[in-house]
Formats: sequence, structure tokens, C-alpha cells
Amino acid sequence: MSGGLSNPRKVNNGIVAAVCLTFFTGMIGMAYAAVPLYKVFCQVTGYGGTTQRAEKQYAGRILDRDITIRFDANTNGIPWQFEPVARSMTIKIGQTTQAHYSATNKFDRPITGRASFNVQPEMAGAYFNKVECFCFTDTTLKPGETLDMPVVFYVDPDIVNVPELKDLKTITLSYTMFPVEKKQPGASSAPAAGSSTKVPDSEASLGG
Amino acid sequence: MAEAAAHDHGDHRPHGWVRWVYSTNHKDIGTLYLIFAIIAGVIGAALSVAIRMELQEPGIQIFSGLAQMVYGMQGDAAIDGGKSMYNAFGAAHGLIMIFFMVMPALIGGFANWMVPIMIGAPDMAFPRMNNISFWLLPPAFILLLSSMFVPSAPGAFGVGGGWTIYPPLSTSGQPGPAMDLAILSIHIAGASSILGAINFITTIFNMRAPGMTLHKMPLFAWAVLITAFLLLLSLPVLAGAITMLLTDRNFGTAFFVPDQGGDPILFQHLFWFFGHPEVYILILPGFGIISHIVSTFSKKPVFGYLGMAYAMVAIGAVGFIVWAHHMYTTGLSLDTQRYFVFATMVIAVPTGVKIFSWIATMWGGSISFKPPMLWALGFIFLFTIGGVTGVQLANAGLDRSLHDTYFVIAHFHYVLSLGAVFAIFAGWYYWFPKMTGYMYSPVIANTHFWVTFVGVNLIFFPQHFLGLAGMPRRTVDYPDAFAGWNMISSYGSYIAAVGVAIFLYGVFEAFQKKRVAGANPWGEGATTLEWQLPSPPPFHQWEQLPKIK
Repeated sequence: MSGGLSNPRKVNNGIVAAVCLTFFTGMIGMAYAAVPLYKVFCQVTGYGGTTQRAEKQYAGRILDRDITIRFDANTNGIPWQFEPVARSMTIKIGQTTQAHYSATNKFDRPITGRASFNVQPEMAGAYFNKVECFCFTDTTLKPGETLDMPVVFYVDPDIVNVPELKDLKTITLSYTMFPVEKKQPGASSAPAAGSSTKVPDSEASLGG
Repeated sequence: MAEAAAHDHGDHRPHGWVRWVYSTNHKDIGTLYLIFAIIAGVIGAALSVAIRMELQEPGIQIFSGLAQMVYGMQGDAAIDGGKSMYNAFGAAHGLIMIFFMVMPALIGGFANWMVPIMIGAPDMAFPRMNNISFWLLPPAFILLLSSMFVPSAPGAFGVGGGWTIYPPLSTSGQPGPAMDLAILSIHIAGASSILGAINFITTIFNMRAPGMTLHKMPLFAWAVLITAFLLLLSLPVLAGAITMLLTDRNFGTAFFVPDQGGDPILFQHLFWFFGHPEVYILILPGFGIISHIVSTFSKKPVFGYLGMAYAMVAIGAVGFIVWAHHMYTTGLSLDTQRYFVFATMVIAVPTGVKIFSWIATMWGGSISFKPPMLWALGFIFLFTIGGVTGVQLANAGLDRSLHDTYFVIAHFHYVLSLGAVFAIFAGWYYWFPKMTGYMYSPVIANTHFWVTFVGVNLIFFPQHFLGLAGMPRRTVDYPDAFAGWNMISSYGSYIAAVGVAIFLYGVFEAFQKKRVAGANPWGEGATTLEWQLPSPPPFHQWEQLPKIK
């Protein structure tokens, strides 16, 4: 390189490289920022079947239209019998309704479980308002104990204004019960100590 | 002029292994990249031939035997292990071809070699960083290869689940160390690419010869500049996503674990925010190469230079806002799908500008069908077929039935395997005389082209029919109804493998015969700066900066 040119050029190169590097770090930051942003996005839009946590107890109006709510229950790695008391109910859109699930511990030791939830079709999530719900709260059952778990909800009357949902006849509310003291999946080589205690306050963060 | 420059610095040229391992010379590093890409390409191709051998007939053909041989499994374990091995081969084939063949060949190899020469620069802006960029790749490759020999799921070895490594299959589904090795491999390969991208951006912005404005810069340099920006924007997102996978797997985080409030779909968004620009990263440098070759062998300047350059800018920019067209089946709302269908189809416009500009460049030109031109024409033809099926797949309604079928396999192999790889071979036959100083045998080069052309079309064209008939991808076995076209497809892969052998022989023959190529073997059509230097170029070029008219 010719000496006269190389010095200012070096400085200049450094600036370009530094800008690129900043850009790179910024994009990594964006990738991680996507996690909370996505959560907020789901909460606001009901994307992916995220149900809404209702601020008010009742919808402003009740439409003269029936909608069927089906109830589904699953367990994942927890020896509980977990099922809805009624498989489905037909209600008016906007009507606040209470449904019941029941859980029985079939194991010989107390177990703590927590349910996650989802509605189908996913787009209905934004219009499925839960006034009261046991989801994402830890429940401990003694051996053989049975617990009644109520859900209070209403379907937002605005649902009839959505082109994709205006003819919807059925919404399915699905819960999956997970054990809380579960070994981390995939942690064969490095069992994560204390990971199970680090449960996020997901009810608040997910708006369930 | 250049001879004198070579003489001045001849004494500083390192020799032996030091020249390669400690190399800071962009041409030597480019050569290392090309050799690396050839080795990785042969391994990746061998994996794909094994896949085709398996799919030649219904039932399990070779993978149970392979699992017995490689992993020492017996009986039913060998059958299950063989099925997992098939999945691992598919994932490894994809990752190797993308990260260790196409990217090193086009960006590390040709761009390293030619961009500094084309813009009149003596070397890259950060020569030592260039060295690190290359030497990160072999360890990354070794990590990926070794992942195929360590456990993933119980009774299975190697990363199953494809190059997209979606959770939960890549987290709770495969607890063994194979996935960790693969993630680390992608991390290191990504770091290599990021360093390379920063190097190219700095070189192209700061080191152009006097008079070479951005709007006079050769299209290959434009293509590499845009590619470098795409890398800079998209790779960190992949790095973030796979780091989340890694911490989900090993450190108890719950980014993608649904029972702790995570969301597996988020990984798909992050992955495809990287993954879609990545396919343009693979093809844009090829666009640049094809522009030069078409212009050279038509003896005409490229038609619509500015349109060509900004079409690439447009493709790069729009490429970032179409990612969810890979995710139509994940339950996107109708309006979201409408947007992604529309945005995806918009990309066909700048791509069409490029295709038609190449045709317009040839129109009325004095065309000579030398080997590079044959490969370039093959590229245009096959890439266009892949582009047409791409527009079809962009439709969310159609994608419902074609998602994850062999139609998708056929589509992306037409644009990548037949597009990017044809561009690599076109570039190889275009610049081989420049890089080595030797002329290859045109007969061997032409044979290589025709054998490959017939082979790859036999592989991938029938896969359109298989996909339309509903054959799913990533499946080791299939119903008898799919047998006929699968057999033809497998025969095609053997023909293509012969093509690879012809290629390697052609390289060997060129070095053996040592036919002197001369500074410019392509005549008056070759106007870019590299043809003003002797072949091979001096160790340090452009001691006196070239004058740009």
C-alpha cells in the first residue's frame, strides 16, 4: 500500500467496520427484543389463540346469536385425571358464562400442576375474554384429591364484525396441564438447577 | 505495470504452509475458500446421493445397513436408527450445501478473489480478518460433521428434523449432544460470514480506485455489496434464535417451551427472518457473475446496468419482509396471509427485470457458446423455472396443499441447486483461466455441463409431479404409487454425480496440461478490470491504481 493513502484510509475503514459491528449487535438485540415484543403482540391481537384477560366482568351487550363452546383438556407428563365437567355448552355471544374443569391427583404423592391454554380457531383468541381462570396458576393436589376448577368467560360481541369469524359456530377452549416440578426437557448434559422454581408470572404476562 | 509491481514485492511472498495458514492475501484466501467449498460440496453431494439411493424404491433400502455399519446397531434398532440417519443426512445435506458450499464458493471464493481486483483495490480492507473468516470455517464444518456421529434422540444419531431445526423437535425432541454441536457449528460459520460481510462492505465503500463511483462499479461488486448487507442484517437474528435454542436446551430458559409461557412459533419467525434473506444471499452473487458472463460472451455491455444494480437492491430489501410465506400453515390470519402473498409476488418484478435484461443483453449480440456462457444460459433457464414455481408457492391457498411436499423440494433446488450451483460453475469456468493462468479443456467443460444439466433436471423435474401427487418431504419411505418418478429422480442423481467426477477430472487435466490462458482469453467482451492483469494476477495488484474512464 502506498503510505500516504493508508493512514486516513485505515481510520475510515475502522469507522465503517464499527458501524457494521454496531448494526450487527443491534440486530442481535432485536432478535432478543422479539421475545417480549411477540408476547405483547400476541396479547394485543390474540394472535396464535392467545385469549384475552377481561377488564370488565360483562360484555356491554348480548347478541341474539348462539355459539358453541367446546372444552378440551390434556395432560402432559402429570399423573392427573384432568377433564371438563361438561364437554360443550351453547351460549349467546356476549353472555358471561361459567364452565368447570375437574382435576384429580392419581398419584401417591402431592403434585403441583399448571395449565396452559389456547383457543381454536386461533383468530378467535382476541375475542375470547376470560374473567376468571385457573390457567398459569400453580395448583397443588394431595394424593386422591379432586379439585373443581372454574372458568368464567364471555365471547366479545365484536367477533361478528371480523370477516373470517363472522360465521363461526364453535370455539374450542383447550387446556393442557403440565407438572411444575418437571425436569427440563433436553437438559441431558446439564440439568438446570433451580430452573423449575423460576416460573415467570405468566398469567400477567400473557393476559390469560 | 503490474509485472513491475509483482517484482517489487516478490520477496515478501511467504512460502510453504505459512503462505496458506497465515495468509492475508485475498487471492490466496479466495483459493482456500474455493478448495474448501469443493470438498464440502463433494461431501454434501454424497449425502444427497445416499438419500436418492434410499428413495429409489419404496421401503428401506440402504439406511438400515448404513446404521449397522456406522453406528453398530443391530436388528430393529438398526431399522429405527436408519430412519433417523436418513433424517440426519437430509439436515446435514442442507446445512452443508448452504453454509459450507454455496456461501464459501460465491462469497468467500469468487468475491474474495475478484471484488478487490474488479474495483481496483490492492487487497481487502482487513486482510487479517479475512484470514480469520476462512479459518473459522473448517472447525465449524468439523463440528457439523461430528454431530452426525453423536446421539440426538434415544436410539438416533445426528441432527434430525432438517436444516430449519424447529423446536420442540430440536429442544425436547433431541436431548443428545448432536444438536448442540450443530448449533455451535452454525454459530461459528455465522461469525465467519459476518466478519466477511464487514470486510466486503468496508472494501467496497472505501477502496475503490479513483473514478470508480458506485454507479460505475461492476455488477458482481454490487451483488457482493448487497449480499454483505443482507448477511449483516439477517445472520444476527439466526444467531439470536439458535442461542435461544441452546439456552432452552441446556440452561432452563423457556423461549420456545409452551408449558412455561414460551412459543415455538416464535422460533419460526426468527428463523425465517434470517432464512428468507439467506436464499437471496445464496443467489445474488450468482446474479452478478451471470451478468458479467452474458455480457462478455455476447460482446455487449450489460443491458440496463442501473436497472440491474437496483433490481438487486430491491430484491434484497423486499426479501426481508416476506418471511412468513414459509409459515402459511402455522395459522396466520387471513389478512397476514394476504400481505405475505402479495409481498412475495412483488419480488418477481425485480427478478423479472434481471431475467429480461440478460435476454436483452444477448439480443443482437455476437454470442459465442464457450463453457461459461453455456452454464450461464443453463442458469437463466433453470432459475426461471424455479422462479415460476416460486410464484405458485407464494399463493397461500396453493401452499396449503403443497407445503412440505416434494414440489417445494423441486422449487428450491431449481433456484439453488440448479441456480446457485450453475452460477458457481459458470464463474468457475469464467475465472479459472484468470485464477490459475491455465486454460481448461473446453470439451471436458462442455461434457460436464451437459451431463450435469441432464442429471439435475432428471432429479428435480419429476419431483414436481411427486409433490403435486402429495409426496411429503423428510420421509424415508413412500407408497408404491410414487415409485416410478422416484426411480427416475434417483437415476438423475447418479448422472449428476458423474458430472461431479467429470468436473474434478477437468480441474486435474487443466493443471496437468498447463495450457497457458493469457491475460484475457475471452476477447473484447471481457471489459472488467481483472482482464487487464496477467493470468494469474501478481501477488499484489494495482500498486498503481487503475484509471477508470
